[in-house]
Amino acid sequence: MAAGVATWMPFARAAAVGWLPLAQKTMPKPPVDKKSRSDEILFVNVSGLRFQTWKNTLDRYPDTLLGSSEKEFFYNEETQEYFFDRDPEMFRHILNFFRTGKLHYPRHECIQAFEEELAFYGIIPEIIGDCCMEEYRDRKKENQERLAEDTEAENAGDAPLPPDATLRERLWRAFENPHTSTMALVFYYVTGFFIAVSVIANVVETVPCRPIKGSIKDLPCGEKFSVAFSCLDTACVLIFSFEYLMRLYAAPSRCDFARSVMSVIDVVAILPFYIGLVMPENEEVSGAFVTLRVFRVFRIFKFSRHSQGLRILGCTLQACASELGFLLFSLTMAVIIFATVMFYAEKGTKGTTFSSIPASFWYTIVTMTTLGLLITAIHYQLLIQLLMSLYFHLQYLFMWGHVGLSDLLSCCVPQDGDGDSTPLCVKNRSAFEHQHHHLLHCLEKTTNHEFTDEVTYSEVCVTDSVGFRTSRSTSLSSQQGATTTCCSRRAKRRAFRLANSTVSVSRGSVQELDTLHVTKTPAGTQYPQSRSSLNARTENLKLNCDDYTAAIISIPTPPANTPDESLPNSPAIPGILRNSRSSTFNTQETVKISSL
Amino acid sequence: MAGCAKRCKQGLVKFVLSLHKLITGTLKKDKIDDDFEMSIVCHRPEGLDKLEAQSNFSKRELQVLYRGFKNECPSGVVNEDTFKQIYAQFFPHGDASSYAHYLFDAFDSAHSGSIKFEDFVMALSILLRGSVREKLMWTFNLYDINRDGYINKEEMTDIVRAIYDMMGKYTYPALKTDTPKQHVDAFFQKMDKNRDGVVTLDEFILSCQEDENIMRSLQLFENVI
Repeated sequence: MAAGVATWMPFARAAAVGWLPLAQKTMPKPPVDKKSRSDEILFVNVSGLRFQTWKNTLDRYPDTLLGSSEKEFFYNEETQEYFFDRDPEMFRHILNFFRTGKLHYPRHECIQAFEEELAFYGIIPEIIGDCCMEEYRDRKKENQERLAEDTEAENAGDAPLPPDATLRERLWRAFENPHTSTMALVFYYVTGFFIAVSVIANVVETVPCRPIKGSIKDLPCGEKFSVAFSCLDTACVLIFSFEYLMRLYAAPSRCDFARSVMSVIDVVAILPFYIGLVMPENEEVSGAFVTLRVFRVFRIFKFSRHSQGLRILGCTLQACASELGFLLFSLTMAVIIFATVMFYAEKGTKGTTFSSIPASFWYTIVTMTTLGLLITAIHYQLLIQLLMSLYFHLQYLFMWGHVGLSDLLSCCVPQDGDGDSTPLCVKNRSAFEHQHHHLLHCLEKTTNHEFTDEVTYSEVCVTDSVGFRTSRSTSLSSQQGATTTCCSRRAKRRAFRLANSTVSVSRGSVQELDTLHVTKTPAGTQYPQSRSSLNARTENLKLNCDDYTAAIISIPTPPANTPDESLPNSPAIPGILRNSRSSTFNTQETVKISSL
Repeated sequence: MAGCAKRCKQGLVKFVLSLHKLITGTLKKDKIDDDFEMSIVCHRPEGLDKLEAQSNFSKRELQVLYRGFKNECPSGVVNEDTFKQIYAQFFPHGDASSYAHYLFDAFDSAHSGSIKFEDFVMALSILLRGSVREKLMWTFNLYDINRDGYINKEEMTDIVRAIYDMMGKYTYPALKTDTPKQHVDAFFQKMDKNRDGVVTLDEFILSCQEDENIMRSLQLFENVI
């Protein structure tokens, strides 16, 4: 329940007076408040920094450390204050949460430190206000990504392979971490060399060489030494294909490998060659084929396996993809605007290059890029981010020494935030909850109906025809004078479902409790479990009733006079229930209270 | 990095909005701001001494009450929607809005549409610290929806139905459609002495005083604060 609602409890309880003339049954006794209700100022000393606040402020959130009795563990009798050996700066935010009801995340703080403080004080991070939630989520995601990289680097890395590793595993290892074996290192450098050779060959074959004898025109080197160049190209492609096939074989998950970026680049690098092989020497098609050769330039991207910086750049670009997209969009907008302006400005003039708007596109782009002012302004943020991320990544890498190649490739994989955070709040039966349950109980008495949950409701609808329950309840109220208790009935229902010996024992003791005059909070405080989650929390029921076992033992047990109808005669209840019945008190001998 | 995307989008939205403002003129913006400022009503209660004299609470109690009230409603007033929300939090099982509506009307003695701190305190003073007669009068006022001095069956049925609505669907035993009606009939059986179909204030107070249960339960909430 929202904490601010605690303020309205007096009002809600007062409003219950409106039900009283309608009530058909006696109202339950209100929970006794042991302490005085006057408000007082509490002193909280956090590592020397002294805070003061009203007690009511802290009581607003009874599920936290400060709002519950847990804070008594930190109470210093001598100085009359609560002392916490925690970060005083963070405590400011915690206390503000109590005061305002909103939890803010301080941007300058480390997110893990903040979360630890929250966990200590029993506050769940999910209640961070909307104003700070975005920032918190971003930081958390970053942190988790970093941690994931960390663990991957540890796991993936250079731990020696088990001796019975298959050839495939060894091969994959060699590919991913080339420095593990000499062969792998050699292969690594050889492929690197051939990538360089291939790229340089692509460049050089377009350079004009001296013409062959007898001809005047300058030939590009590619045509002059066509045999040499084609041999070189074939050799490179063969090596790349061999490498790709080896990787494909060695990959632990071939599908994942085939879909990864690097393998796509590999395929694109070697594909033109193979397409060229199968392509017929056709006029129309060879034009398209020539275009395909352009894709040979993608071989340069194969260098990313060899260069970590390139991969970081790729990751950063990918991370900023939406910004890049926006940038391109705004550029396009500007280009169109200026091109149109130029076209219409020059429309009348003869012999202008701006014959159409698309024709003026080129001019506009060139002008914009050469001037560069607009672009730099937009690029500024992007550039800074790129550089920052590059710097941090490289620094991180260098600090931690080796890094597995695989983890860098996976740096762009978004990590799903851990959605569930264990709420470390202390569940506590606070005065507020007692009052709330008393209020709900009054409503039950007014309407002569009980709260229940969906499951039990549907169950009851099925068994309603039996009718033994209602008859039992009326008999109890008429004979004993004590009203049947929701708790006992619910416990009976639970026993009906569970037929568990522990439950039956506690059920018996619960019935006893109801007839005792206890100054402690009644067993009815089990309501939160029974109302909200009726998957029987048997352990809780048992626990609470254990508190009263001492009381039960001390009071002499009179012979049981309770009529047989007090127990369900359903055969589903185990026989052990009847034994516990024998210790049930005779209600007439004890103080009659309207029991909960 | 995901924050970049959001900021860019926000930037675009802001850009479009400022363009729009440019076209439509800046005067409209000021007008909206003015309206916004006017709608924040801040009500301050009368002095502590005066409230202490008028109500049955001590100064300390009033201080506690006001601190809580002010924290929840910095503007100093509670409107009906907030009231319904607050009340719904106490009764999450069912629908508390109709009963909250009747309560709101009962609290808002001046029928101003909002509850100020004084209304709040006066009502609490009666309900928690008032005499039996005062409490019963307040309850009569609650039941008498149209404030004509008589409770007729329709009004009572509305109230009872609102109370049963708060129970929600899942109750034991299951709620039948005529349960509220039966309840109302039982109520009238007890309260309507002269069998004229309406309950007057005197009949109501008399009948309640005769019922021991009701008298006892009226003392229940005395120590709430």
